[in-house]
Amino acid sequence: MSTSAISRLGGLFSRRQHAAIAAAEAATLRSDRFRLEREGDWRRLEHIVGRIEAGRIGGLSDDDLVALPALYRMMVSSLSVARETTLDAATLGYLEGLAQRAWFVVHGPELGFRGWFRRFFGGGWGAAVRAMGPDILIALAVMIAGTVIGWLLVAGNPDWFYTLMPPEMGDTRVPGASRAVLHATLFGKARETGLSIFAAGLFSHNAGIAILCFALGFAFGVPPILLLVQNTGQLGALLWLYHGQGLTLDLIGWLSVHGTTELFALLLAGGAGIHIGRAMAFPGTRAMLDAAAEAGRRAATVMTGVVLMLVVAALLEGFARQLIDATAPRLALGFGMLGWWLAYFFAFRGLARTR
Amino acid sequence: MARWPWQRRKTGDRRVSLVNRRQREILTAEGLRLPLTIASRGTRAAALLIDLFVLYMGILITTLVLSWIARGVGMSGPHASAVVRAVFETLVVIWIIVMFLARNLWFLWFELGPRGATPGKRMTGIRIAARPGRDGAATRLSAEAVIARNLLRDVELFMPVIFIGSALNAGSDTTLAGWASLVWFAIFALFPFFNRDALRCGDIIAGTWVVEAPRGRLDSALSLGEAGQGVSAITGTHYRFGDADLAIYGEYELQVLERVLRDNQPKVLAEVAETICGKIGWTSGAGDERAFLEAYYTQLRARLETGMRFGKRKADKFAGG
Repeated sequence: MSTSAISRLGGLFSRRQHAAIAAAEAATLRSDRFRLEREGDWRRLEHIVGRIEAGRIGGLSDDDLVALPALYRMMVSSLSVARETTLDAATLGYLEGLAQRAWFVVHGPELGFRGWFRRFFGGGWGAAVRAMGPDILIALAVMIAGTVIGWLLVAGNPDWFYTLMPPEMGDTRVPGASRAVLHATLFGKARETGLSIFAAGLFSHNAGIAILCFALGFAFGVPPILLLVQNTGQLGALLWLYHGQGLTLDLIGWLSVHGTTELFALLLAGGAGIHIGRAMAFPGTRAMLDAAAEAGRRAATVMTGVVLMLVVAALLEGFARQLIDATAPRLALGFGMLGWWLAYFFAFRGLARTR
Repeated sequence: MARWPWQRRKTGDRRVSLVNRRQREILTAEGLRLPLTIASRGTRAAALLIDLFVLYMGILITTLVLSWIARGVGMSGPHASAVVRAVFETLVVIWIIVMFLARNLWFLWFELGPRGATPGKRMTGIRIAARPGRDGAATRLSAEAVIARNLLRDVELFMPVIFIGSALNAGSDTTLAGWASLVWFAIFALFPFFNRDALRCGDIIAGTWVVEAPRGRLDSALSLGEAGQGVSAITGTHYRFGDADLAIYGEYELQVLERVLRDNQPKVLAEVAETICGKIGWTSGAGDERAFLEAYYTQLRARLETGMRFGKRKADKFAGG
């Protein structure tokens, strides 16, 4: 039976296999005959698996690729038989190792980097965002609450401003600053150099915070909420400061250029963190580990998107905001971006159905 | 006195059980039970150190070389023109972004490959795999899982290092909050020590684990050739053992004998041959131990495998049958 299978697969090892069959006839032990008859196929499978592992799939002949499933199944049945009939530790160890490697190749990562990329932009990202709707709503509520708290704290006692916004050298944005000083921080920086480096630095910083926000969701979702409150508290404090000098709309314009994208990204990151935390705290009928894994994979998709959004935000913050020096176009750009993200996540249902 | 390696089983037991504790089984779609070994924590730490070393050395060297080139062509000097400055600035931006991607994509890119391992993991012989479901059914690794497990690396690794560093720096001035966050991050960093599968936080939310990648060599069968037939190539003696001679040992002893034969150390071979001869009442001659042992191995295996086919297994010399 196995001889016919060998001749059907043919190819690479056939001459060696004939020698093996001759040797098998001379072997004393039945388990050795079993091994010698099949060894050629095992080695051929090992060769194919090794090639695929090394990423040189192009170097494989069509014959080999066609034979792979058949060779894999033969090896699987060889292993089942060998476990019941042979005490040759070398054969058993080799087959178990080979079965593992072949299994990883045959059932390896479902699609490569490129396939994943296409699925991600073709609707996978939006689907993952929609799937964590409740968590995003929680994060949104927390962010609004954070802003309000920031405002109220500073309005009640301006000293809070220094707690929320740790003072930096040369920062003129402090309580009691005049309208002119504050106005100057918003406009007239068109000819500043080093913008691009500033933008790239911002991106690294913000991406770090977003990843932290997500990663800490692991602790049942509490840290992301705190982080969201802290970050939006600063926003509330700033709003209060500029509101005092009648510059509210100008500040919103200044912030919205990148802020709609950046705060949206922060919202998604916080939502992803809360999503994991919620799945772990309330796994429902699933095991806690299974629930965490399922939520984690979905959140990972969202987080990849968050990092990309932060790249966009940094570019807007570094270039567009400084180059556009008036409130109206800034507002238009900012809310245009917001509209684009909302449409992409909630209106665009994908090129193909994803999980 | 000559000692069989298995006479030391009392002490050997501990090591065996330590390895066994890392043994897991998954059930593939074909209905095959595949044994897996969870990678030890030490191996994983070593793999991580190798990766970080290679990654940061790569970043450092390329940064130094590029800045040296930039200075060489007069890009960053005070006399450079506005256009050259702009070009230089753009390059710096690209560099910052490439650095960010390098830190984050290194693990992603390699773990998404068919080997499921970064260079460090490959060198230490481990790989990542999807954790099976509760029923043991094997699941496949998805791209999302790899992303998820690597997003948590910052919190588990870099934050604790920063916090411990700052705690040490601050000395006695460390506040209560400082200590609290230190403990908090220590929990993340030491997570693998608190569970059976050595999962780190990233593994938990991704549904993955790290297992040993199997080695690939098929050793030749010992029961083939002249010696397997019971004929010594040196003396031409024909070794043939009776059923009673073979009945004293079981599968465990057979495996030890196989290991001894593969290691092929003359002194051990002689000791083992002497012990077997003592047990079965043969007088041993010197010089032909290997042929003797190969013949014994083959015939013992033949006997045990015949028993297996009839559903009778003998685990070791203490078992009946």
